[in-house]
Amino acid sequence: MGVFAMEKKIKGRVWKFGDDIDTDIIIPGRYLVLTDEKELAGHVMEGLGSDFSHKVQKGDIILAGKNFGCGSSREHAPIAIKGAGVSAVIAESFARIFYRNAINVGLPLLESKNISKKVSQGDEIEISIERGVLKDLNTGEEFEVKNLPEFMLDILNKGGLIPYLKEKLEKD
Amino acid sequence: MEMTMAEKILAKASAKKSVEAGEIVMANINVAMTHDLTGPLSVESFKKIGVKKIWDPEKVVVIFDHQVPADSLEAAQNHIIMREFVKKQGINNFYDINEGVCHQVLPEKGHILPGEVVVGTDSHTCTHGALGAFATGIGSTDMAMVFATGKLWFKVPETIKFQIEGSLNDYVSAKDVILNIIGKIGADGATYKACEFAGETTKGMSISERMVLCNMAIEMGGKTGLVEPDHKTIKYLEGRSNKKYEIMKTDDDAKSLQTMQIDVNNLEPQVACPHHVDNVKSISEVEGTHVDQVFLGSCTNGRLEDLRTAAQIIKGHHIAKNVRMLVIPASREIYTKAMDEGLLKIFVDSGALICNPCCGPCLGGHVGLLGAGEVSLSTSNRNFRGRQGSPEAEVYLSSAAVAAATAIKGSLIDPRDK
Repeated sequence: MGVFAMEKKIKGRVWKFGDDIDTDIIIPGRYLVLTDEKELAGHVMEGLGSDFSHKVQKGDIILAGKNFGCGSSREHAPIAIKGAGVSAVIAESFARIFYRNAINVGLPLLESKNISKKVSQGDEIEISIERGVLKDLNTGEEFEVKNLPEFMLDILNKGGLIPYLKEKLEKD
Repeated sequence: MEMTMAEKILAKASAKKSVEAGEIVMANINVAMTHDLTGPLSVESFKKIGVKKIWDPEKVVVIFDHQVPADSLEAAQNHIIMREFVKKQGINNFYDINEGVCHQVLPEKGHILPGEVVVGTDSHTCTHGALGAFATGIGSTDMAMVFATGKLWFKVPETIKFQIEGSLNDYVSAKDVILNIIGKIGADGATYKACEFAGETTKGMSISERMVLCNMAIEMGGKTGLVEPDHKTIKYLEGRSNKKYEIMKTDDDAKSLQTMQIDVNNLEPQVACPHHVDNVKSISEVEGTHVDQVFLGSCTNGRLEDLRTAAQIIKGHHIAKNVRMLVIPASREIYTKAMDEGLLKIFVDSGALICNPCCGPCLGGHVGLLGAGEVSLSTSNRNFRGRQGSPEAEVYLSSAAVAAATAIKGSLIDPRDK
């Protein structure tokens, strides 16, 4: 297990979202001309017409239903979320391309069954990746989270695919 | 060992005799495509790796299609970044603003071959499976890794084989079939799966129609769409590529294979309603819904057959009052043929607007955006909230036939009732 998995605990306030949160909700197409993470973060979740981007604070956690991140391959989506200071995304399931992209840019993603029915908006939660446990600090309840495959944890641990690859290429 | 098509292609690409679903493989990439919108991030990530030259300029294709011609200073700057990258890296397979949509242009220009692994920084890269390639959408950082090493890791997917049987009614097409399937299994019904389209109906379809099926595999979470190559595939490739290729087929007893029977005998035209692609209804359930804009085009249905069908319906009619129609041929080749066949004149005479080959309103970042409260019927592949502009707008998805009939009527209508 990587260092990240051994030590890292993520703690933050929950923002709840529903099922099938797609990449056009996360970052609408008209902003894809942007590449800077702070600029992208200024429009995160704008597709819902919400003011999430103004209210979200560093360390907050997104908690959603099934199929989070469905749609486009735009890496702008996890970058916008990370740029907004979000420390992790918890969902019942993730769409494939978003899942890879998030790990590649160093945004932790964790799956937990039926979690959106168990945790409330605004709750403080703590995730221990090593133990595979999510604790709702408001209710004291604990839930199981599915651990990431080891080599994906390694990528996350290095801060994303680029630093991971750089290190690997240097070694070779 | 009995394997699926997807497994066979990934085994070959990773120099293994056999692979099994669930296994992680490091595959050699045959074609890596990036475009004007996701290209700049890929280039930025590639620079961070610190490798000076891409692994093989002949295997990289760069195309501009999302914001062509540039509609903002930011888009113009992105084009500059990509043109400089192309020049510096010696990439010959470069298509500037004048060729059309990536998922049409790449097959047309002979870049897609059966049995190969194709990656693109666009989720609809799965379209290319229509020619029997393992083709999938990736992010910009994954593309940077491909640029640097020519390889990418994959978890070998299980396969769902959609056994499509039956004859399609008049004005019912591949788009109706795939919308029907997505409606049945849901937006995450094929997550991480290779979606193989088979059966007599698929065999009877043209390459363009097969592309429609594969294009929308991602809308049910699929990793790729696939159709077994046959004589139509071979014919399509003639004159487009002179490279050798290998045709792979799924073994009937492959372990990771799951089959789903789809009967299309009595299928009605289908419509995906706002704001999810799996919110699919038969046209009769939504008939009469007013629309403000009709968009005929995209990597799903902007091909010559779509333009022919639409022109046949529209000929001699005028677009309804208060409705605007955008017609966007998916490539320059299609545009030229549509011009030669007189299709474009039919559209222009009817009051429709023809735009240059590009992604158009599909991505909601270029031409034809919707304002708050407006409703669009689109032949593209996504109707997510805010997809074509305002989050307060609504997008319905349909075939070219439904789009054409609706443009004349001004509200959703079955093309057979027109």
